[in-house]
Amino acid sequence: MAGSQTALPGSAMAGILRDAALYALVTFGLCVPIIAYRTDPGPGTELVLVPRWGLVAALCAAIFVVRLVQRLVLLRRDARRALTPSPAQATEAVHGEPDAGQKTSKVGLWLFIFVALTLPMISALATGGLSSARYWIDLGILILTYVMLGWGLNIVVGLAGLLDLGYVAFYAVGAYSYALLSTTFGLSFWVCLPLAGLFAGLWGMILGFPVLRLRGDYLAIVTLAFGEIIRLVLINWTDVTGGGAGISSIPRATFFGIPFTAGDDGFAATFGIPFDSMHRLVFLYYLILGLALITNFVTLRLRRLPIGRAWEALREDEIACRSLGIDTTATKLTAFALGAAFGGVAGSFFAVRQGFISPESFNFLESAIILAIVVLGGMGSQVGVAIAAVAMVGGPEMLRNLGFLKAVFGEGFDPSEYRLLLFGLAMVAMMVWRPRGLISERMPSVSLGQRRAVSGAHVSEGHG
Amino acid sequence: MKPVAGWLRLRYETCGDDPLAPDAGGTRNERARESMDVFVQQLINGLTLGSIYGLIAIGYTMVFGIIGMVNFAHGDVFMVSCFIALITFLLLTVWLGVSSIALAFLVVLVVAMALTALWGWAIERVAYRPLRGSFRLAPLISAIGVSIFLSNFVQVVQGARNKPTPPMLSGGITLFERDGYAVFLAWKQVLIMAVTAVLLTGFWYLVQRTPFGRAQRACEQDRKMAALLGIDVDRTISLTFVLGAALAAVAGVLYLMYYGVVSFSDGFVPGVKAFTAAVLGGIGSLPGAVLGGLIIGLIETFWSAYFSIEYKDVAAFSILAIVLIFMPSGILGRPEVEKV
Repeated sequence: MAGSQTALPGSAMAGILRDAALYALVTFGLCVPIIAYRTDPGPGTELVLVPRWGLVAALCAAIFVVRLVQRLVLLRRDARRALTPSPAQATEAVHGEPDAGQKTSKVGLWLFIFVALTLPMISALATGGLSSARYWIDLGILILTYVMLGWGLNIVVGLAGLLDLGYVAFYAVGAYSYALLSTTFGLSFWVCLPLAGLFAGLWGMILGFPVLRLRGDYLAIVTLAFGEIIRLVLINWTDVTGGGAGISSIPRATFFGIPFTAGDDGFAATFGIPFDSMHRLVFLYYLILGLALITNFVTLRLRRLPIGRAWEALREDEIACRSLGIDTTATKLTAFALGAAFGGVAGSFFAVRQGFISPESFNFLESAIILAIVVLGGMGSQVGVAIAAVAMVGGPEMLRNLGFLKAVFGEGFDPSEYRLLLFGLAMVAMMVWRPRGLISERMPSVSLGQRRAVSGAHVSEGHG
Repeated sequence: MKPVAGWLRLRYETCGDDPLAPDAGGTRNERARESMDVFVQQLINGLTLGSIYGLIAIGYTMVFGIIGMVNFAHGDVFMVSCFIALITFLLLTVWLGVSSIALAFLVVLVVAMALTALWGWAIERVAYRPLRGSFRLAPLISAIGVSIFLSNFVQVVQGARNKPTPPMLSGGITLFERDGYAVFLAWKQVLIMAVTAVLLTGFWYLVQRTPFGRAQRACEQDRKMAALLGIDVDRTISLTFVLGAALAAVAGVLYLMYYGVVSFSDGFVPGVKAFTAAVLGGIGSLPGAVLGGLIIGLIETFWSAYFSIEYKDVAAFSILAIVLIFMPSGILGRPEVEKV
């Protein structure tokens, strides 16, 4: 290998070319009918086929080039490594110190909090007025909703190590609790908010009780089944839930009883400021920020209590927990119910923000997105979850604004179509390259003497 | 998923009176006979549906048996195979003008099996193999990613609409007819059951009597030990995915022929039902997967016929939850021993 840095031997080059050609061939096989022919509705009921061989050829060529470049780069890197073996390589795994990229810097953290606290002001200043900042505040609300959901699910997945694929069910319970209580009994948002959390937590206990004896992936599938059952019941129980049409004209949030209207008893008149419909949105922004921070605060405090330590111990080794006398079912149930309760609160916020809910907002994909946020955040890391929520929710949103892609790929190209496709790819890529998430270090909750971060690679997950 | 129930309803309408409605004029005997007819018809429909679920369930059960992961994307692989079959069929009949249905069916079957197997292989290679030895939930999360990718990939390249196909095989025989209600056995139902039976026999032979089958069962029991004895574990796992995908492709072709319509979102629900079948039969057990498939097919059909069509998916999901909670080793599965 020593001589390969300057010139590649012919046999190696031939091998790389063959490898890249093989990749292109497999791509061709995968594309053949499904990309090569598009099925379009024809004049009658029949479908007509539209050939797109150019696209197939372009894809194969792209894969060929990418693989070729990848192999060449890898070859050069390997050759360099072979020349200078670094002593660190051999001992890397033993030390298990997180590398620089994985450490969360304090400055970044404070910047993040500052931006979160002042987003409405910043965006209003940047775009020149509250109403033109609407898009950014809306996006902020959306991201914060997912941050809250992520933190709620983090209690279940990240701390207690229970994989929950039906988390959106509790989100739905919260949303429907508020929608039904307010439209039928006229209860105010501030009464419904804790009630929604309570109901969702109760549902978490009802569903959690029978399933928490199961192993990891069985638990995941049963929670998925429960999530789907709740959604199907919401669709079909038309008398109560309104069926697929959902519930509309849900009362809006008030400033602790003062509505955001232009009238004399409205928010603007009470505080003596000119009326602006954006006040409600800014208020919603701070409301969800507050709710998310409460979730975070409760989680951080609980981690220091015996119950929080029991969760983490359970994640690491269930059998050891049982032999130490921890009631595993009760411990799991508290995590499940608490996570569900936060999901319910977030759901009730969702209902009050939208003013309209339907079962379609609570499909499996939502569960998968929330789970992806927790996983990408590096299960158990609060900051990681927040960063992941910004990346996963804000990133695809950015796709909509990539107008220049239209110029490259033609007028009919809509980048937002590829949102979920890229999302799925990102989940796979993340598992392959960084299975421990963006923030993969863990600060132990308890330690003897000096506190040292533990690399995620040394932390296993629970058995159930 | 296109409900069987819609198809059934049509049949009732063409047969005049709804056989499920209480018949004021009929005597007790007549009604009993009539309900017997309905029962036989539902039995046929249920077994047909069950065969399709059974074929998909084998993919789940084999993969779970060998690497202990729930291949969440398997339902979407099935959906991809439906599209491959649809396009191949259209190419054959419209562009190449093949008029022999038998020939077209065979070619579609072979092409769909081969290309779907390639998908299965590629997915394992890209999304699951690098994760071997990673933490335990990583493959499941990766599989969810693949599932989301596949359904959206098909949506992007083929559009979101339902794709209707021209009927591939129509007609059938009326088994018996009484008081205007005919028990009808369609040729496509016969074909589905026959193809399933033939393939399962072949597959059973493959797993029980060939070197690959032996290697596969050895890896299932103890992967490390199998590797020590010179079995190429990676290759065996790849082949398992290839076979599972090929069987899903058969299910896809049959599904397309039976319902005549497919859309990009059709992978999820049949996938979950087939997984339920695999769990019900005892995950890891091949006869269990088929048995489970038949039971799920029958339950779903009878539930739609006698109780409510709207809640038929709820029934399937409830069975999944109940079986996992109370009988996690299924009907034919071995109870799992927890090692410390």
